[in-house]
Order: sequence, then C-alpha cells, then structure tokens
Amino acid sequence: MDSLAIILQQLVNGLTLGSVYGLIAIGYTMVYGIIGMINFAHGDLYMVSAYLTAIFLALLSFFGIDSLPVVLFLTLLGTMAITGVYGWVIERVAYRPLRNSTRLAPLISAIGISFVLQEYVRINQGSNDQGIPALLFGAVRVPVGNDFFQITYSQILIIVVSLLGMGLLTYVIQKTELGRQCRATQMDRKMSGILGIHTDRIISTVFVIGAAMGAVAGVLVTLNYGSFNFSSGFIIGIKAFTAAVLGGIGSLPGAMLGGIVLGMAESLFSGLVNTDYKDVFAFGLLVTVMIFKPSGLLGKPAVEKV
Amino acid sequence: MNIKHSFLDAFVAAILATIVFGPIMGIVLDGYSFNLDVPRVAIIVGIIFVGRFVFQLTISTQGGRDFFQQFEKGRAGSIEVTDPGIKTVLAKAIPFIMLAAAILPFFIGKYWITILILAYIYILLGLGLNIVVGLAGLLDLGFVAFYAIGAYGLALGSEYLGIGFWIALPMSAILAASFGAILGFPVLRMHGDYLAIVTLGFGEIIRLVLNNWSAFTHGPNGASAPPATLFNLEFKRTAAEGYTPFHEFFNIDYNSTHRYIFIYLLVLIAVAFALRLKHRLVKMPIGRAWEALRENEIACRSLGMNHVTIKLSAFMMGAAIAGVAGVFFAAKDGFVNPASFSFIESALILAIVVLGGLGSTVGVVIAALLVILIPEVMREFSEYRYLVFGLLMVIMMIIRPRGLITIKRDRKFSTKGEGAVVETKQGEGAA
Amino acid sequence: MSKNILTIDKLSMRFGGILALDNVSFEVEKGSITALIGPNGAGKTTVFNCITGFYKATSGALTLHTRQEPTSINKVLGQPFQLDDIFKPRQLASRIFYKMFGGTHRVNMAGLARTFQNIQLFNDLTVIENLQIAQHNTVNKSLFAGVFNTKAFKESEQASIDRAYELLEVFNLTADANRLAGEMSYGQQRRLEIARAICTNPEMIALDEPAAGLNPNETEALAKMIQMLRTEFKMTVMLIEHDMGMVMKVSDFIIVLDHGEVIAKGTPDEILNNPKVIAAYLGVDDDEVAA
Ligand SMILES: Nc1ncnc2c1ncn2[C@@H]1O[C@H](COP(=O)(O)OP(=O)(O)OP(=O)(O)O)[C@@H](O)[C@H]1O
Ligand SMILES: [Mg+2]
Repeated sequence: MDSLAIILQQLVNGLTLGSVYGLIAIGYTMVYGIIGMINFAHGDLYMVSAYLTAIFLALLSFFGIDSLPVVLFLTLLGTMAITGVYGWVIERVAYRPLRNSTRLAPLISAIGISFVLQEYVRINQGSNDQGIPALLFGAVRVPVGNDFFQITYSQILIIVVSLLGMGLLTYVIQKTELGRQCRATQMDRKMSGILGIHTDRIISTVFVIGAAMGAVAGVLVTLNYGSFNFSSGFIIGIKAFTAAVLGGIGSLPGAMLGGIVLGMAESLFSGLVNTDYKDVFAFGLLVTVMIFKPSGLLGKPAVEKV
Repeated sequence: MNIKHSFLDAFVAAILATIVFGPIMGIVLDGYSFNLDVPRVAIIVGIIFVGRFVFQLTISTQGGRDFFQQFEKGRAGSIEVTDPGIKTVLAKAIPFIMLAAAILPFFIGKYWITILILAYIYILLGLGLNIVVGLAGLLDLGFVAFYAIGAYGLALGSEYLGIGFWIALPMSAILAASFGAILGFPVLRMHGDYLAIVTLGFGEIIRLVLNNWSAFTHGPNGASAPPATLFNLEFKRTAAEGYTPFHEFFNIDYNSTHRYIFIYLLVLIAVAFALRLKHRLVKMPIGRAWEALRENEIACRSLGMNHVTIKLSAFMMGAAIAGVAGVFFAAKDGFVNPASFSFIESALILAIVVLGGLGSTVGVVIAALLVILIPEVMREFSEYRYLVFGLLMVIMMIIRPRGLITIKRDRKFSTKGEGAVVETKQGEGAA
Repeated sequence: MSKNILTIDKLSMRFGGILALDNVSFEVEKGSITALIGPNGAGKTTVFNCITGFYKATSGALTLHTRQEPTSINKVLGQPFQLDDIFKPRQLASRIFYKMFGGTHRVNMAGLARTFQNIQLFNDLTVIENLQIAQHNTVNKSLFAGVFNTKAFKESEQASIDRAYELLEVFNLTADANRLAGEMSYGQQRRLEIARAICTNPEMIALDEPAAGLNPNETEALAKMIQMLRTEFKMTVMLIEHDMGMVMKVSDFIIVLDHGEVIAKGTPDEILNNPKVIAAYLGVDDDEVAA
C-alpha cells in the first residue's frame, strides 16, 4: 500500500476521532472554566447517551418510522435532551451542595457519580456489549497515486455535525446574552453574582450544554461504530479530558483544537507505530502536556492571585 | 406547612425522575429491539415523588429545618483540642484486638483466611492512600499502579533476578516509591486537580504496559510469584532445591493451610506497622507539614516550605506502602495478572478512604473490612456494591466531607507549663 | 556589604493586558522601617508578591542582601534556559537546580518573611501548631527519630513549642496558645500571622496592611510591636499601610506608588509635602467622596 495513502487515511480517521474528542472535551472545559472542577462523570454521560441512541432507534423502528433523516434527527434531539437533563440533575444533586465545601469534595463526589452511572446502566441494561444496526453505508474514495483512501458517509456525518455543533455553541457563547453571562461568570463568579447574574442558573446551563454536546458525540460514535457497553465512557472520557488540557482548559476553541490534534496524533501513532500502545501514547501525551505546557495550546497562563 | 408548594416541587422531581430513569430502566435493549419494564420505573418515580414531598413538607416546618440544620453543622466538621496522652477506650483495646486477630486464623478455614488476608491488604492500601489523600490532600487516582508495581516486583523479580519474598518486600517498596517520585515530581507543582487525572492516566499506562508487553510480563496470562518463606523454610509439600519444607522441619503433617496462616500473620504485622507509622507521622514535622499544605499552600510557601518535595514525600510514602501491599498480594495468590490492577481497584481503595472518613485511621480499617467482607457475607449485595459505594461517596461528601469522626488535636505546653493555664482558668470560670 | 537589604531595579509586572508595575525601582535600607503606600490598586501588593517570590517578575532585577550574601530573587525562583548556558556548565547546573528545587520558599529561606493582606493561617490547626509549622526548616525531621520518638526528637519538638510560646508572649497571645487559629478574633489572627512569620527567623519582614480591620487601640499596640520588631528582633520592616497616622509615626522612609509607578520616595516629612503625592491621594479622595 502507498504510505501516503495510509497517512491520509489515518488523518481522516484522526479528524473523525478528534471531532468526537472535541465534542466531549467541551463539557470538561466549560465546567472546569466556570467552577474549576473536573467533572469526572462526564465520560459516563457520553456512555449513557450511547444507550439512549440505541433506545431511540429501537423505539422509532418499533413505531415504524424509517425515513433515515427523520430517524437521525429525532434520535439526536431526544438523546441530547435527555442527556441534558442528566447533566442538570447531577449538578443539582451531587455538585451544587458542595459549592463551599473542601477542595476535594466535588471531585470525589464526581467519581462517586461516575460509579453510580456505570453501575446503574450495567444493572439495568446488562453488562454485555450492545449494538445498533448499521444505518449509513458507503464511502467516498479518493485516489492517491495508484492507491486510495476513503471517507465513509458516517465519518462525514460525524465531522459535519461536530463542526455545526461547535459553530452553534461558539455563536451562543460569543454573541448571545446567555453566552455573555456565561463568560462573565467564568471570569469572576462573585462579581457576576453581585451584578445580578443568576450564577447558579448559569452553572446549571453549562452542565446542560456540556452534557448535550457529549450526547451529540454519543449519537455520532454509536452510529459509526455500532457497539458500546456500560464502561465505554471511561477511556474516551480521559482522552477527551486530555484534549481539553491540550487545547488549554477553559477555552472553547481550545477544546476543539485539542480534540482534533489528539485524534490525529493518536490515529497516526496507531497507524504508523503501534496500535496496542495507542492509549499509552494518548496518556503519555497528557502527562507531557501537563508538565511542559500546563496552559495548553490556546489557554492563557494565569497567575494565581495571592 | 405548605402543601401546595411541596406537592408542586415533588411533581417536578417526579417528572425529572421519569426522564432520567424512564429510558434506561424502562426500556431494556434486547438485540436491536427492546423489552419494556414499566413497573420498576413507576416504583422509583413513586419513591422519589413521595420522598421529595415528605422532605419539602418537613423543611417547611421549624422542627424539620432544625433537624436538617444539624447536618449543616456536621458539614463544617468538628475539631477538638484535647490533652495529649489521653487514651481512648479504643486505643487501650488495640493490643487485645491485635492478639485476637493473631490467633484467629487457627480457628477458621482456609477460605476465610484468604479473605481476611485480602481485607488486611486493603487496610494497608487504605492506610497508604489515606496518607496521600487524607493527610496531604492529594487525590491520587492511580494508586493501583503502585500496588501493581509491588506485585509484579515480586513476580518478575523472582523470574528474572531470582529474588525471593523477603528481598522483594523492601525492593518493591523502593521501586514503587521511585516511580512515585518520577511521576510526582513534575506533576505535584501543578494545580491540585490535575494530579487526579495524571495519576489516573499513569495507572492506565502501567496496566496497559503490563498487558501488552508480553515478552517481559507475559501479558494477560500473568506471571507466577514465589510464596513467602520462613527462614528458608518453604510452605510446600516438597521444597525446591536448597530449601526445606516447613512441615518436615517441624515434623508435622503437611497442611496447605499453613502457608496461608503464615502470610496472614505477616500481613497482620505489616498492618500493625502501618498503623503505628500513621500514628507517629501526624505527630511529626512531616505529618504536620502535610496537613498544613492541605489547609493552605500559600501560607506554607511563605514559610519557607518546599511544597513540591513535601507533597512528594507523602506521595512516595503512600506508593511504598502500596508496593508492600502488592508483594503480599502476589505472595498470597502465587500469581499476578493485569486484570487485578484496573481503575476500579483504585476507585475501590479511594472509596475505602472516603467512607472511612478522610484522614481517620480507625475509619479506614473499619471501611476496608466492611468493603471486603460484606460482599462475602451477603452474596446478593456484591451485584450492587459499586452502586452503593458510589452513592455513599456522594452522600459522604455532602453530609460529612471531613469524615465521620471528630478530629482531635493535641494541646501543647511549654516547658514552663504555659498553655495549661488556660485550662484552669476555664475550669474556674465554670465552677 | 551593602547598606541596603533589598534592591529593586526596574521591576515590571504584566498580567495579560494589565501592566500592574512599570519600571519600579527602590532600595530598602538595612534596619529601617520602610512604608509602601499608594491608592487602591496602585500595585503595592503586587510589589510584595514579586519580592517574596509569589509572582515571577516580567522583568527587572530583585536582590536580597541577607545572611551575609546577595541572593538574586529572580534566580531562586527558576529562570528559563538561555542559549549561552551550553557554554557555561555551572550556570546551566544552577538553573536546572533552581528549576527543580527553587521556588517561593527559597525567598523565605534567604531571610525575607511576609504576611498577607487577606490573612493566610492554618485555620483548622492550633495556634501552637501554626507556629511549629513555621519552624519546619529548623526542627528535627528525621523519619527514624520521629517514628521511634527518640530523646533528640522529643527535645527538638519541645524546643519548637517553647520558641512558639516565647513569641506568643511577645504578641500577647499566650492565653490562646491551644485554640484553633480560625476561631480567634481578627486582630489576634493578624498578630499570629506576624508571629508565625518571625518563627522562620527572617532578617526582613514584609507586612501587607497589618492594621487593616483593627480598632484604634489595636492599631496603637500594633505600631509598638512593629517598632519592637526592629529594636528587639533586629529586623528590617517593610509595610504596606493605608492608615497614614501609623505610617507617619513608625516609618523612616516612604515609597509612594501610583498606577504601578513610583511617584515619590523620601522621609515622612518630604512625602507629606510632595505635591504629586497630594494630587494622587486627593484624586482618589475626590472619587471616594463622589461615590
Ligand atoms: N494575579 C493577578 N492576575 C491579574 N491581575 C492581577 C493579579 N494580581 C494583581 N492584579 C492586578 O494588579 C493591579 C494591582 O493590584 P494590587 O493588588 O497590587 O493593588 P494594591 O496596591 O495592593 O491595592 P490595595 O490597596 O487595594 O490592596 C490591580 O489592577 C489588580 O487587579
Ligand atoms: Mg494590596
């Protein structure tokens, strides 16, 4: 095989994977930006959304709805909505009471929630892998020399929907009143509160947005790969967090950029070096970034105020 | 009492519960289709509706508010300054408890001995992590990596270097601590929460390497580990060259339980050491420095304390204890494989520390015993145990983030006896 | 040996777009009491944070002359590598050393202690423990001695407790020795913070608004204590303070900062009559009246 074709193929795969990381990373980065907490359960919300995707698909086919665009649209919308409610409820129940607690408390609570989500799904849905039928077939082939690389339709769907989602979110954050309040709360929560912003409501909104973006990733990945189980959220969660750190935690464009860089790097590594160690590579990258550039690619180095 | 408001509130909660529990609990995937299970959704939604309604009604009354206010106080945590050297009933009982634990294995079967060994190993792990999380306030989510390093230290050490249990014990501790140092040194100077994720990544790296580097670690098949020996006496029916079997030396019948009793006693001694160590550490400058860093890092730095090396010492101490625990684990089973060192293990140890109450020694011991023994006693429970641990972790953080037990701090007097004066003054005032 | 204990040369500090300090230069004379004053937001605390190593200065040279030798504060905080390091192995080694083991604590070890504008105590530890922690670098830290509770260890611990009591005596806190630091009154906490800084045996101490939140009597007592720091403890004192009465009373020199720049330096009398200072302060007063 032509090695250029291999590289291009891996870049396409990396872009797909990276868009997904970016979508999930948004949840980490926004929550971290606004309350300085790593929402450890975020990866598990992604997992829940994968189950919800399968459930919606099964329900829709049960009711005989089989027009593909309608099915995809309803599944995406429904999954985003329900996962968003999950995000809201979790923040309300497990994190908000800890606003003024010790520094470790929210993090430990989040780990607890991560356990609860995984076990809740395992106990109710079983521990076997679940799957959905393939819905999108076919691919675009691009010739390179006397070889080719391909982009499947579901990859195109992932990339397009991710970009749309990110674009929409960027618009909301940059241009709308809600976005302005989010940014203000991120900069100085106390002052924003004094100026009449309902900071608790803004924080809830951020959790809902993060969860919904994770759900978009869940739907897209499930459509593409088809199978998942109750622990699917763990590794991808850490990877997405890596993407958030890589891009500069707290920065929205950073999350997207970090996701794509990580996805590409990981794909190239597994295509050209070794597949077994691709997770080791990703975690190694995380540790390296944290050590040498903790503020990430787009983050601003902050001086801790004394 | 405001019934209408409470009802509305409970109604909203019920709707949210329906959205959250409805799909996952009510629609169980079965291949590409599904089975409905409406009753269990109805039950849980009902519970939430009634629970929320009753809760809202209660807090709308004065008495109810007072009741819940107690928890608010508990959340702040209580600290008491007491005279040093006062022994609690528990402290007095410790020698007896230890003695009872030491003779216990002679009365129970092999099965229970192995379970207790495991429980004690978890006590060790809990005590080790408690130094890191409870005392120094560093969230280490990759603690299991050091446990793995200890266990594989024995297994691979004996395979490649020919070392036995007794050499492996200190060597694994040092090896684990060195890994801790290499990882911790760059990471510990960063913002606290990052440590959690970096250690998590490190834990996964170690597990993946153990899994994939088959040429060295034998991959998922695992590696065998030598059992512990007593002054060159082996606990086997027939010993290897140059060794004598324990039963021949003492001229008793061979009994495979002996081996487990021996390890049981060794782990018990290790636990006793670890308890003693923890007891002393909090009274030493280093333990004080850990607590100080947990409380206020800025102040520490302004006082000439190198926060990186102080945190590192806690991190390494915890790692070393985990390494020792790993050696015991490998020696107990005579075999290790990567599956024993997944993230869930780290989380379990963290659960022990959190449920025991961060920083509390007694709490950790009790929590470790419960966490390991309850699933054994109640088989049905083991299906739900991680769910319950997760829920308890959240609840603990909400109602008692500093642990269940009142923290005691020692009163200290000057050589001239200052410091005691206040006590008498207060006493007089009360009289 | 220089007669100045601290020299600050063209110190600038930038936070993103804000230039909080702009070419600030001044010296602090050994044995003096020097005050740093200026309107709110002038950058006074930022100067303290730079000299005590909490912020790395954007540019400028900060040098301490303590413990019989000059210490470059820039150096002990760890500096980025330079190209010429390749040819100077010793310089490279020192840079690596300070990158690994350098940091804020080195400034304190060199003999400059400080307090904070918003008090930073170990609230859940006792007053004595607060003071013992400050002696971390001088007590017996041997793991062996501690675990086996040897005689030497016990003596070292008792010595640190006795030292703590000595200072509590000076700051009139003996009765509170075994209370939790967080339970004490504001004035007591301020005094404890100073006592704790002294426990690290500094040659110079930097106090950030020590009189803030104190009543006139407490301020009076504090002024005496500050003078005592010089007479009894032979320390150089630098303080930030908004209480002009106190500043004029205790200080030998005053440095006035406004918008990140030094607008005046001199003795209290000179400062009182400096038109620039009056303008800077009146400007602020006007705003406050209007507000
Ligand atoms: N860590 C930081 N990050 C960003 N800006 C900072 C930081 N520290 C200080 N500043 C900014 O630097 C400027 C000077 O602040 P500084 O605290 O030094 O003022 P000050 O003179 O001590 O005022 P005050 O009398 O109110 O204490 C302010 O505009 C402040 O917002
Ligand atoms: Mg200030």
